[in-house]
Amino acid sequence: MTDTTEARPDPLPSAAPPLSEPSSWHELHLTVNGRPIRAQVESRLLLSDFLRARLSLTGTHVGCEHGVCGACTVLVDGEPVRSCLTLAVACEGASLRTVESLADEEGQLTDVQRAFHEQHAMQCGFCTAGFVMSCTAMVEAPERPAEDEVADQLSGHLCRCTGYRNIRAAVEQVLDDRYGKAGEEK
Amino acid sequence: MKPAPFDYVAPGTLPEALRFLADEEREVKVLAGGQSLVPMLNMRLARPELLVDITRIPELRTLDVEGDGALRIGAGVRQAAVAVDPAVSAGWPLLTEAIGHIGHPQIRNRGTVCGSLVHHDPAAELPTAALALDARFDLSGPAGTRTVDADDFFLSTFLTALEADEIVTSVRFAAQPHRTGWSFEELARRRGDFAAIGVAVLLTRAEAGGVDRARVVFCAAGSRPLRLPEAEDALLAAEGPERLDDAFAAAGAAARARLDPPSDVHADAEWRREAAEILLVRACNRAWERTR
Repeated sequence: MTDTTEARPDPLPSAAPPLSEPSSWHELHLTVNGRPIRAQVESRLLLSDFLRARLSLTGTHVGCEHGVCGACTVLVDGEPVRSCLTLAVACEGASLRTVESLADEEGQLTDVQRAFHEQHAMQCGFCTAGFVMSCTAMVEAPERPAEDEVADQLSGHLCRCTGYRNIRAAVEQVLDDRYGKAGEEK
Repeated sequence: MKPAPFDYVAPGTLPEALRFLADEEREVKVLAGGQSLVPMLNMRLARPELLVDITRIPELRTLDVEGDGALRIGAGVRQAAVAVDPAVSAGWPLLTEAIGHIGHPQIRNRGTVCGSLVHHDPAAELPTAALALDARFDLSGPAGTRTVDADDFFLSTFLTALEADEIVTSVRFAAQPHRTGWSFEELARRRGDFAAIGVAVLLTRAEAGGVDRARVVFCAAGSRPLRLPEAEDALLAAEGPERLDDAFAAAGAAARARLDPPSDVHADAEWRREAAEILLVRACNRAWERTR
């Protein structure tokens, strides 16, 4: 990631097309996947489009663009949020994590990613990045989330392939590893 | 699905924010959590020319229990923060329960309590809970501050008593009477959807065993949260625990008879009336179990 955009229009080849209408621009400072970023952004730029088009972090998928499907979920200051319902400019000073932050440079998967792989918790994979980010926040919680809290988190994501059974199995695998099986001390 | 162009400011103080709102040249909107506004921007149902982000104003980001025992929630406070606050769940558990029905955790992490109230979708949970809890709104504008009761605040779908140059700075909830039980029940096709019909119930148990005070407020039953005095009267008529089931059934029947809900793609009016009766009886039973 090399975005340290100073001039406009954005020099990246993936930059958004030229504006047809005037709008205000702002200098934005934030941290994305541990790296400090400085960029010029238009007021109306959604966080999802900032990540995908300006930073080329296309692991964050965009489904419905009005907050229903959850595919675009990223972590803002540790909490899962809809990047399509968040303005990039409103993230001044925030620390963001996307799915690209998970596996390390050697391709070593995180517990959540490995569990999704082992439990076959995906088919087409379009929704997966969003699920994985919400699940990452869940397994980083200080206490094991209750079963209905897990269901509540997962209900914020639409998956049209799996029927959710394997996704739940993946979450439970990670939670069992971390906190011991439900109802028994580790 | 991209917003039309607009300008954006994030003032650090309330007077600064009010100056931006006083702009007579441009259409100005307040942005807090954005979980209702940004979908409307994306679909271009709203095309403001200036957004004033109020989440950077420190005095709006506080939640506290005041000297008189009332809960005050500032306009910058997120729903998720209120949902886990122990003072809220101890004193105003109806609020905690209502927030649990809003969208999904990922939405509640951004959405604010005051934002949902000001947006005033008649199917939303918080306006209904606010009316049941006799909430009071603190408004600031160029002419100073004023306080508006919930009953006067909610006018019609997406319309409140808030003027274009005003901001809701906080919402306050008075301390609830002792031995008050609560329940927020709703029916939706899927978890997290807007309610097809929902009801908030507060019951205060009399020392003698009957009902001292009752609040019954429906959501998604009209163009604003709908308090139903006929159902409340039926509950107040309960003469001791042995006759409670009759009183709950009478309240349910009153709801079915009195409600005039809309028919839309989610449900028709007759379905809503029938569901309202069942939900209200269920909510009364649950609220009564929680009186203490």
